[in-house]
Amino acid sequence: MNQVPRTGPGVPGSGLPGSGAPVPGSGAPGSGAPVPGSGAPGPGAPVPGSGAPGSGAPVPGAATPAAALRVQGLTVAVRSSGVTLVEALDLEVAHGEILGLAGESGSGKTTAGLAMLGHCKRGTRITAGSVTVGGADLLRHPPRELRRQRGKVISYVPQDPASALNPNLRVGAQLREVLDTHRFGSGEAQRESRLAEMLVEVGLGAEPGLLRRYPHQLSGGQQQRVAIAMAFACRPRVIVLDEPTTGLDVTTQTHVLATVRRLCAEHGVAAVYITHDLAVVAEIAQRVAILYAGNLVEVGPTAQVLDTPAHPYTEGLIKAAPDLEGRRVLAGMPGHAPDPARRPAGCRFAPRCAHTREACTGRLPDLVEVAAGHQARCVRVGELALGVTLSERAPAATAGTAPEPMLSVEGLRVAFGERQVLEDVSLRVDTGRCVILLGESGSGKTTLARCVAGLLDRYSGTVRLRGTPLPAGYARRRREMLRAVQYVFQSPYNSLNPRKTVGESVAEPLRALTDLDPRHHRAEARRMLAQVSLRPELLDRYPDQLSGGERQRVAIARALAAGPSVLICDEVTSALDVSVQASIVELLRRLQGEMGLTLLFVTHNICLVRHVAQEVAVLRSGRIAELGDVDAVLSRPRDAYTQELLANTPRF
Amino acid sequence: MSASAPGPVPIPPGPAPAPAPPGSVLRDRYPGPLRSLLAQALRLRQSRVGLALSVLVIVVAVVGPPLAPTSPTDFAGRPYQGPGAGLPFGADALGRDVLSRFLYGGRWLLLLALLATVLGVTLGVLVGMLAGYLGGVLDELLMRANDVVLALPQLVLALLAITVLGPKKWLLVLVIGVTHAPRVARVMRAASVDVAQRDFVKAVQVMGVRRRRVLLSEILPNVTGPLMVELGLRFTYSIGFVAALSFLGLGIQPPAADWGLMINENRIGLTVQPWPVLLPVLAIGVLTVGTNLLADGFAQASAGVDREVSP
Repeated sequence: MNQVPRTGPGVPGSGLPGSGAPVPGSGAPGSGAPVPGSGAPGPGAPVPGSGAPGSGAPVPGAATPAAALRVQGLTVAVRSSGVTLVEALDLEVAHGEILGLAGESGSGKTTAGLAMLGHCKRGTRITAGSVTVGGADLLRHPPRELRRQRGKVISYVPQDPASALNPNLRVGAQLREVLDTHRFGSGEAQRESRLAEMLVEVGLGAEPGLLRRYPHQLSGGQQQRVAIAMAFACRPRVIVLDEPTTGLDVTTQTHVLATVRRLCAEHGVAAVYITHDLAVVAEIAQRVAILYAGNLVEVGPTAQVLDTPAHPYTEGLIKAAPDLEGRRVLAGMPGHAPDPARRPAGCRFAPRCAHTREACTGRLPDLVEVAAGHQARCVRVGELALGVTLSERAPAATAGTAPEPMLSVEGLRVAFGERQVLEDVSLRVDTGRCVILLGESGSGKTTLARCVAGLLDRYSGTVRLRGTPLPAGYARRRREMLRAVQYVFQSPYNSLNPRKTVGESVAEPLRALTDLDPRHHRAEARRMLAQVSLRPELLDRYPDQLSGGERQRVAIARALAAGPSVLICDEVTSALDVSVQASIVELLRRLQGEMGLTLLFVTHNICLVRHVAQEVAVLRSGRIAELGDVDAVLSRPRDAYTQELLANTPRF
Repeated sequence: MSASAPGPVPIPPGPAPAPAPPGSVLRDRYPGPLRSLLAQALRLRQSRVGLALSVLVIVVAVVGPPLAPTSPTDFAGRPYQGPGAGLPFGADALGRDVLSRFLYGGRWLLLLALLATVLGVTLGVLVGMLAGYLGGVLDELLMRANDVVLALPQLVLALLAITVLGPKKWLLVLVIGVTHAPRVARVMRAASVDVAQRDFVKAVQVMGVRRRRVLLSEILPNVTGPLMVELGLRFTYSIGFVAALSFLGLGIQPPAADWGLMINENRIGLTVQPWPVLLPVLAIGVLTVGTNLLADGFAQASAGVDREVSP
């Protein structure tokens, strides 16, 4: 935990009223309007906006005179309303350097990344700023010239290669297209040889006949490497990678990260690596820039920022990131990021910050130098001692006196057509304990959870609840069986009826599964919301008025309303931001303790294991690869697959 | 068009929602799903134009009769008399006042079209949702039966029924409504299949909620988008069919005033006295274009085409 005495959380300006804390570096002359004269300064001009006295080189560190990419005052706004999505972003990336651009959803990181290529999503536009690559401002190019520059000088790797590659064109044709469009080299022969070279560069050289295949015949990792090959094809100076590994399994992620790192180093390409995952940043980026609500809040060398964050938001992000060793106590951040149209006037983070002072609320703070090459947009830099101390080990196994089986699965087999999804899986969950079902996509973990919940009825084998076999499928289960096992779905954006109020959704199981007098439903629903720390006013809201985290809490409240003994959580945090994930994990742990719930927690994220569970079952290709106490499995993995998972998980 | 409001959605029994909490400011900003669809549709200029055009013609049809200068069946002049004093749009083939007949002629047309639309959409929604949600053999049976009806042109079926049973108003409604149903059912089935696969439906299924309730409170409220589109589209077609059948002499019968009938009765004198044909043609045209624009607006709003991008 951090060592700074926290003021009452969420009470801005409480304590020490008017403690006119000396605000370092905020005395920047000229009203600190962060929007610099749009694009006025040429490539050699000093970066404006941060001209605080004493800060020598504005964006120093690795990036010095000949930065490969220099972004100045980049501002993106919604066309119709003028609401800014990205505000006066200043960044520099040197040749061969990888800059991590991190932030939660809605922070504007993708918008900023696309704007670096002069591209805007429909309905938005770049209102100010410049993007200088190789001495020329990309944003000043006419559309035709801009198109010529994209892919040649600056290129982009999208998040989902499956939808970025054309499913009807062979891989070779698509790679060739990039070279042809930009008239690479001097002729046919050179392009052909470049094509082969590209494949070798991304580690696909050993795949015979790859060029003749269609994208769907490639694995996710191969597809992403093809997309990376396309981006590197014309040897650009700058490459923007937008969460290129988010959809991939950790082992594949490791390979892709290594490929990117090697290519950037070998060819001196400057990369902006957009991600929400700080562990990936720690793994790949030399420097990191943290975005919050469209604002750059902190930038600096990766190790420094992650070890000694200078902005409370960065600290919060680090605390919310689960770690494999479980040495950080997972802590969520209160509140959620403001809607772009309703951002607070001062520091954007002030309403959620535990260290808010009056000085925070007046106007947007400037970026302040913390150390060489490390800046933060906080008026209290230097006052706050932020950082995350690592505890020895997270307090693990809480429950479990005499192990008494609550749920057991014996010899479960499921086949979808020809494909065997689960083969002879057996598992036991003891009362009051939490078992994590860990596996990569396609391992059959969700299928197993769905069989237990009764969402799938075509399986062989037995599912027992307190020793009583449960019939296959919900339609054949009795009411108390349905009550006892509740399921929380992966995406809260999909699991709540958009046309029902929160109160109606939460009351549904009361109506269907309990004999409670309907007149008490509303009061009971309110009580359930309180259980999951939601305000009672939310009862009459519709799901689209709630944030993702709030929705998932509603979904959990709905499951709790039935009064279950077993709660099955199917990837309940994977659709949510890390800060929200942390608070949902906190909530589930609390509920497990308070209500003696038995949990079956399905996830692909091995980092969550220590934070959530007492036991872990590693699932691979429909079989249980390893099963046992969390400590035993993570410290002394016996199965090769578990060892591989552990080795490939980025950590910091 | 309010007929489509998901009225039957049973709100879980219990105390009437407590008096709006203090935070009801928010509530006002976010109206119910159907109202927000309407609001979103009306944000498009084309739907506002569509609404204005439709309302214009509907007002003429509804408040027209009391404003008519003479009875629509009285003789007021010579056949095909041109416009002049007392006869602003002249007289028709039998010497009746064109303006009066025009003002009277829209009521039945609109009423029959509306009833046929409601009948057809109701039937179609019912069949489509059942087939889409329950699936299996029932789905096959319903949809293949649908295909049979779809194979025959709508107007031919209507002609067949009317020539056998005679031109009665209830038959007109029935025959147009029933032939609309399979077309609506196809769309509603697709929409229901889509919704039925979503997690919130599974969530109530594992609670053991009964099918009828799942259909009414989970599926139906989530297919209001395509439902509104169908309603608009089928209304447009219904107007066309009623008018066409009247024109063919199989709809509303003389001497009643009716726009379709007017076109038929006066088409021979088109070159001499165009008004008795032009006025109803204009009215039907404007109404059709108007309802079409409106239906299109609903379609776009429910697909979220114009939605403001958010980061």
